[in-house]
Parts: sequence; structure tokens; C-alpha cells
Amino acid sequence: MNLSLLILIPLITAAAVLLMRNKQQVKWVALVGTAIQLALALVLLFAYRNEVASGNTNQFLFQQQYEWFPSWHISFHLGVDGISVVMVLLTSLVVIAGVLVSWNIEKMTKEFYFLLILLSIGAYGFFLSLDLFILFFFLEIAVIPKYLLIGIWGSGKKEYAANKLALMLMGGSALVLVGLLGVYFSSEVRTFDLIKLSHLNIPVNIQMICFPLLFVGFGVFTALFPFHTWVPDGHSSAPTAGSMFLAGISMKLGGYGCLRVATYLMPEGAKQYANIIIVLSTIAILYGAFATMMQKDLKYMNAYSSVSHVGFVLFGIGMLTKTAMTGAVIQMVSHGLMTALFFAVIGMIYERTHTRQVNEMGGLLKVMPFITTLLFIVGLCSLGLPGLSGFVAEITVFMGAWEHPDAFHRIATILACMSIVVTAVYILRAVSRTAMGSVKESFAHITDAKWNERLAAIILIAGILAIGVAPFWINDLIKPGAEIIMQKIMLVP
Amino acid sequence: MNEFVTLMKSELVITVIIFLLLFIKLGSGMKNGMLLLVIQNLLLLNLVIGFFFNAEGNLFDGMFHTTALIAFQKSILNLGVYLISLLFAGWYMKSEHLAEFFILLLSALLGLDLLISSGNFLIFFLSLELATIPLAAMANFDLEKKISSEAAMKMILSSAFSSGILLFGISLVYGATGTISFAALPVLLDGSPLQIMAFVFLITAFAFKLSIVPFHLWTADVYEGSPIATTSFLSVISKGAIAFVFVSVLYKAFQPMHEVWHNMVMMLSIITMIIGNLFALRQQNIKRFLAFSSIAQVGFILVGITGNSIDGISSVVYFILIYVFSNLAAFGVAAAISSQTGKEKIDDYKGLYKTNPWLSWVMALALFSLAGIPPTAGFFGKLFLLTAGAANDNYGFILIAALNLIVSLYYYLRVIRSIFMDKNEQPVEKINIHPSTKFALIICAAGIILVGLMSWIYDYIHTLG
Repeated sequence: MNLSLLILIPLITAAAVLLMRNKQQVKWVALVGTAIQLALALVLLFAYRNEVASGNTNQFLFQQQYEWFPSWHISFHLGVDGISVVMVLLTSLVVIAGVLVSWNIEKMTKEFYFLLILLSIGAYGFFLSLDLFILFFFLEIAVIPKYLLIGIWGSGKKEYAANKLALMLMGGSALVLVGLLGVYFSSEVRTFDLIKLSHLNIPVNIQMICFPLLFVGFGVFTALFPFHTWVPDGHSSAPTAGSMFLAGISMKLGGYGCLRVATYLMPEGAKQYANIIIVLSTIAILYGAFATMMQKDLKYMNAYSSVSHVGFVLFGIGMLTKTAMTGAVIQMVSHGLMTALFFAVIGMIYERTHTRQVNEMGGLLKVMPFITTLLFIVGLCSLGLPGLSGFVAEITVFMGAWEHPDAFHRIATILACMSIVVTAVYILRAVSRTAMGSVKESFAHITDAKWNERLAAIILIAGILAIGVAPFWINDLIKPGAEIIMQKIMLVP
Repeated sequence: MNEFVTLMKSELVITVIIFLLLFIKLGSGMKNGMLLLVIQNLLLLNLVIGFFFNAEGNLFDGMFHTTALIAFQKSILNLGVYLISLLFAGWYMKSEHLAEFFILLLSALLGLDLLISSGNFLIFFLSLELATIPLAAMANFDLEKKISSEAAMKMILSSAFSSGILLFGISLVYGATGTISFAALPVLLDGSPLQIMAFVFLITAFAFKLSIVPFHLWTADVYEGSPIATTSFLSVISKGAIAFVFVSVLYKAFQPMHEVWHNMVMMLSIITMIIGNLFALRQQNIKRFLAFSSIAQVGFILVGITGNSIDGISSVVYFILIYVFSNLAAFGVAAAISSQTGKEKIDDYKGLYKTNPWLSWVMALALFSLAGIPPTAGFFGKLFLLTAGAANDNYGFILIAALNLIVSLYYYLRVIRSIFMDKNEQPVEKINIHPSTKFALIICAAGIILVGLMSWIYDYIHTLG
């Protein structure tokens, strides 16, 4: 499996989109390109499983390395382990769904699809890179497309939201940058290579400075409390596909970075700061859940509930047990799919009813059964119904967290568990108000989902069910990766 | 004789071009269009010659020296001047004294070339004056505008002032060490108070020329008042050349005092970044805006200089190469708009994307590169400056620099927002871009994208250093 293809195909798609003459061509080129990418991601999944099944025990498979800025010891180094395979698959699912739900976009179609695919290149590159320099390069590539997508195609206070998001994420990357430079200069070797660095044992005094820089820097992307404030504004102002990408993938970049870069390279630092991470993420989980209760706008609801759900990712990492870490990664994937679907559904509802206020809806189940059913499914997944992905992820995190016998971890876990009750309250209330009751006159002749919307929803639901019904495959993929990180942490006295 | 020709090749070529222009001016009634074409091709020739027949060596007892890196630095300046001759075609065509303008511009370039090659303080001072005085005349070239004369006046006064300080510094250096040669200086430096004082005067003179805070006050008015071709020469070519020579003076002549200048440069860098950024936030005029943003950029160049290593030199040279493309592209778009409509305010750019999508994208690329966002080259330039600066383990300083990147992103995004997002009933009309301007903008855009991604350019600079 040639990993460069996963970056080249979106690049070619983006270039092809620019060359197209009319909107129809643009849309189809984007769809074909992202479909090929999805197929490639699936091929990668099976190829990876085959390699592992045939006894390949390397940590990172399919490695490729090209010289790039040799005088700085930077190389274009790609490679995957189970965690990155899953994240790449998530990205390709969300991107193709995003392309499908944006089918009716009229304003500057070509630019919209170009930016959307450019955005996805950043995510693919980030998940595939084994060199911290290119990891950072891909992390930052996404800033411009995000800003422009929200600012041009967004709604509400879009300029404000776009600015806030771009600046806060830039702030996060500034911290990441300083942390990376600290890691780079920590040894005489001067390398950004993840594998080499992982064997080097960074000095403890440098870990104490660089771990918080990197963790908080990546944490800004993952809505680490108190740096979560860009999430509600950014997500609710973005166009549908933009929100799907932001919540579904962009927030996961941070989680992945916290795990792969900060925790993996600096186990002493992780151990030292773990309790702070747990406190902050517990606050995020509870705060997000309660803030969601107060929202009347569906998009704001999902944005705040994302803060709460993504809190579980950092919570799982902070627990520093293998099970909790596996749960954190499953939560990333599960939340990515679920929130993308949720935003897609909100987009579909808004396109038809022209409102996102829960109070102004009602009886939607009668006029658009398909879309409303989607809303049910995604709501149930969000509150953790067994059989759907949310349950698998959260239960794994909690089981991992419970492995700690002391009072601090137990209390944090119990508090985090309480958010599930709150989630149930707001989800059931929102779903019942929108779906049940009598149909308003103005909504009487709304039509149900079209083919593109159905297809997008089915793709995402397939992912949710695949994790929910048969969690072992994703568990098998992620566990070895989590194990290697844990091995380093166990060595810390 | 032969050695003289090969070593001073670039200076001689420029001198020949200056004389050719003089003869053309006196002897023929060439129209502006033809004349501009001749000038552009001569400058292209100058650029191409710069890449061949390069030799290393000293002349005039070490007063003049050249190396492969210096030849490359001169090529960067030549490239910038060639782009300037293409970019502002709209303004040149209206000018009544086109030949004179380029004679002055090339004299300044000649001065800058000599400055980079200077081997002692005498020729250093002379070439700096040669570079400055024509620039003051160029600042005054919008003859009918009062603001242009004001710019020239401010420029000449502040230059005279900084020359005085420089001369005083040089005389103190001579008094303390007994030499004015760069090569002889290091062994004679022992960090005595007199030497430190001499050095403070020297660095002040440099700070004036590079518009480092708190010696930046002339910059914004001069940039705003001067014709845009002069402004871009000042902010790109002259600043770049002085940064080159600043690095070599610090790294070679004053290497024994690196602990002294390291802290000074660091302080200057911090206040330059912060003040430049804070003032850029509030500017309405695009030229003033770029002036303050270029002050902040110099702050970043200083970050790289504090590295005091080969990485420091190569990252500064690399950054300036990128800066030539990015800043000239921004000035080029601003000039194309202002020469047709007279509009220079950022608010006038509202809705520009509707009428001029191509110019909008070039401007966006340039601004993103200045802000240091990938995949543009500016990202690599900024990152390498910071990496070079981080080599001394001063993370607090690097953190301040990285946080300044956020502030600068804010104001660059303000322009992007005007262009792409804000609605406007009467946006700027469709701009007719002069073909040579278009060609130059394409070169700039290609440079902004490719110089970063093609890593061998940086490695080439690294091997030269």
C-alpha cells in the first residue's frame, strides 16, 4: 500500500475541481475523487489487517521516507499504525458525506469544493505523518480553508466566528510549534522523526516544559477547557459540510496529537500532568452537557454536546490506562461519525424548515420520516444506546478509568458518568419537540431526503453500526497502538 | 584586471546599465513603452548574468570581498529589482521621467551591492550613502503630490541623522581597536565598555535603516507618501540588503561580542514584533499597513539572527528570498488597484473578489505567505527563522515570537475578510492589468508556492553559507 496516494488523490481532485467549467462537473469530480479516496482508505484498512495477521509486528507499517530539507534533518516520512488507519477511514467517510450533503450549494461552488478538499488533505497528511515537521505543516494547512469556509458560506455571526476560530487554532499551533522546537533541540541528534524521538528518551526537565505546551496546543483543537470557546461559534456558523468537518475531523486532530505526540514522546510529563488533564476534561464533559441543556438552536446544541463528548477523549488519555486510551480513540471515531451525521441532519432540516430553533419545529416525523429517523438514530447514539458506537466508546473509557482504585479517579469517573444522564435529557427533549406533535401549516409540504442526502446518511450510519454492533475489529486495530504508548508510561517510576 | 572584472561583475553590469540609460535619455526620444521594455530586458540580463561567472576573493586590500553566498544575495536583489520594473508598469507609463527614475533606482542598487560586499567600515559607509541618497530622490518622484515631498524630506533627515550616528560609531570603533577592517576586528575585540558603546551606536544606525523599533518612526510616513515603486524598493530590496550585511557584520566582525549583541538583538526583536504588530492592527491605508507589517517582519528576521549559527544566516537569506516574492506581490496588487482607481484604503477592497477574482487570489496568497501559513513559502521562512532562534534554548523568546504570529494573522485576515467576505454596493471596478504586471504577479505567485515546497532551494543556500 502506497501511502502517498492518500495525499496525492485529494491533491489531484482539488486541482481537477479548479479546472472544471460548470457546477455539475465540479460536484461530480469532487464526488468521484472522494469516493476513490474512501475506497483507498478501505483498501488500507484491509491491507493493514492482512499485514498484521501475517505476523508483521512493526509498530508502523507501509513506511515511506523522502528527503525534505535535509539540512534540518526533516524528511517526508509517512507510516501508519492501527490508530492512524482508523482515523484515515473516519476522515474519508466524513469528507464524502460532506461532499454529498453540499450538493445544492449555489454560491461559488467551485471554490467551496476546492477548499473542502484542501481541508481534507490537511487531515490525511496529519494522520499519516511520522515526522513532526510535516505533521505541523499539515495541521496548519487547514487554517485557511476553515476560515474561508466559515466566513464566506457560513451563517449568523460568521465573520466573528471565522476570526475567532482561526486565531484560537493559530494560538494552539503556536504552542505546538514551541513545544516541537523544544523536542527538536532536546537531543544532539536534532530530529523531528517520531520513531527516532521515541527511542531517545527526552530529558525530564524538557518534558516538564514541552508536554504542557504540546498538550494545551493540541488541546485547543480538541476543545480542552477553557480553550473550547471557539467550538460553539465556529460550529454553528459554519456551512453544513464545514461543521461536519470541524466537529468530525478537525477536533480529532487535537486528540490524535495529544496522544501520538505529547503522551507518546513524553511519558514522564504525561504522568506528571495527568491529574490536571482529568480535572479539566471532567469540567469540559459536565460543562458541555449542562450548556447543551440551555440551548434552543440545534446547531448550538450539537456544538456544546461536542465539547462534552470530546471531553471523553482527553479524559481517556488522561487516565493513562490501555483500556481508557483505546476507548479515547474509539470515542474519536465514534464522535466523528455521529457528530458529522448530526450536523448533516440539522443541515437537511434547516434547508427545509428554514429554522434551527427547536421550539419552532414539531411533527417533522410525519412530513419527512427519513430525516427524522436519522435524528433519532444520532440522538440515541449520542446518549450511548448499546448497539451504536457511542456506547462502545464511552463504556471502554469508563472501564479503563475504573482500573484506578484511588478516590480521585473514582470521583472523576462518577462525575463524568453523570453527564450521560444530562445527555439523555437534552437529546430526548430535542428529538421529541422536533419530531412529535402536530405538523405546522408552513411545514405541510416539505419533502423528504433526496438521494444525495440519503447516501451521505447511509455511509455515516454504516460506520456507526459497524463499531456499535461489532466493536472487536476496531478494538483490535487500536489496542496495539495504545499498548506501545502504555509500555513507555509503565516504565516511568 | 581580469580578477577585477570577475569579482566586481555585478557592480560593473549595473554601472554599464546606468550609463546606457543616460545615453538613451540624452540621445533619443524613446517613448515610455519602448523605454520600459528596454529597461526590463536589461534588468533581466543583469539577473541572468548574476548566476554565471561567479568567483570568490578580495579586492583593494580586503575592502571589497565576494563569496558564493554574497553572489546569491545579490541575485536576490537583482530578482527583486527586475520584478519591480515589471510590476508597476501602470505607474511607469504615466511617468515623465522614467529613465531618471531607473537611473536613481540602479544607483541605489549599486550602493546596496557594494554594501553587501564591503570589507571595511569605510566602503560600508560610502556605499550606504550611495544607496540612501538616490532613494530620497525616488521618494519625491510623485512630483505633483505634496505628501511625496514630505516623504522625501523625512527620509533624508532621518538618514542624515542615522549616518551621523553610524559615523560616530565607526570612529569609536577605530578609537577602541585601531582598525576599520571587518577581518581584523574580531581579534581586537575584548568587550571593553568603549567597544560596547561603539557597538551600540553601530546597531542604532542599523536599526534606523531596518526600521527596528524604536527607530522606526520615519517608516510609515515615507512608505505612504512615496510612489509605490519606491516604497516596494525600500521595504524589500533595501531592507533585504541591509539585513544581509547586518548578519555578516554581527556574525563575522563582532563574533567575539556575541553575548553582548545576542541580548540586544533579542530585546529589539521583541519590541519590534510587538509594536509593529500593534500599529499594523489599526491601519486603514494599505501602504501604511504593509509598512507596519514589514516592521513586524523585521522583528522575525531578528529572531533568526539571534541563532548565531549557519542556520541563522541561511534562514535569513531564505526568508528574504520569500519576502521578495510575497511583499512584492502584495504591493503589485495594491499598485494595480490604486493606479487605476486611486483607492488605497483597506475598506475599498470590500467585495474585490466579485469583480477581480484573480487579483484577489494573488493578494490572498501574498498575505498568507506574509502571515506564515502553509502551504505558502512564508510558513517555511518563518518556521526556519524561529528554529534557528530556538537553538539557544531561549523558549520564552520563541514563545513570544510564536504568539506574535497570531496577532499578525489577525490583521492579515482583516484584509482577506474585506476582499472575500464583506459586501459592498460599489466594489472596485474590473481592473485592466498591464501584461508585464500580470507576468510579474504570476512569477510572484509561483515563487510563493514553490520556494517553500522545493526544499533544495533552502539546502542550496545552506551549502553556500
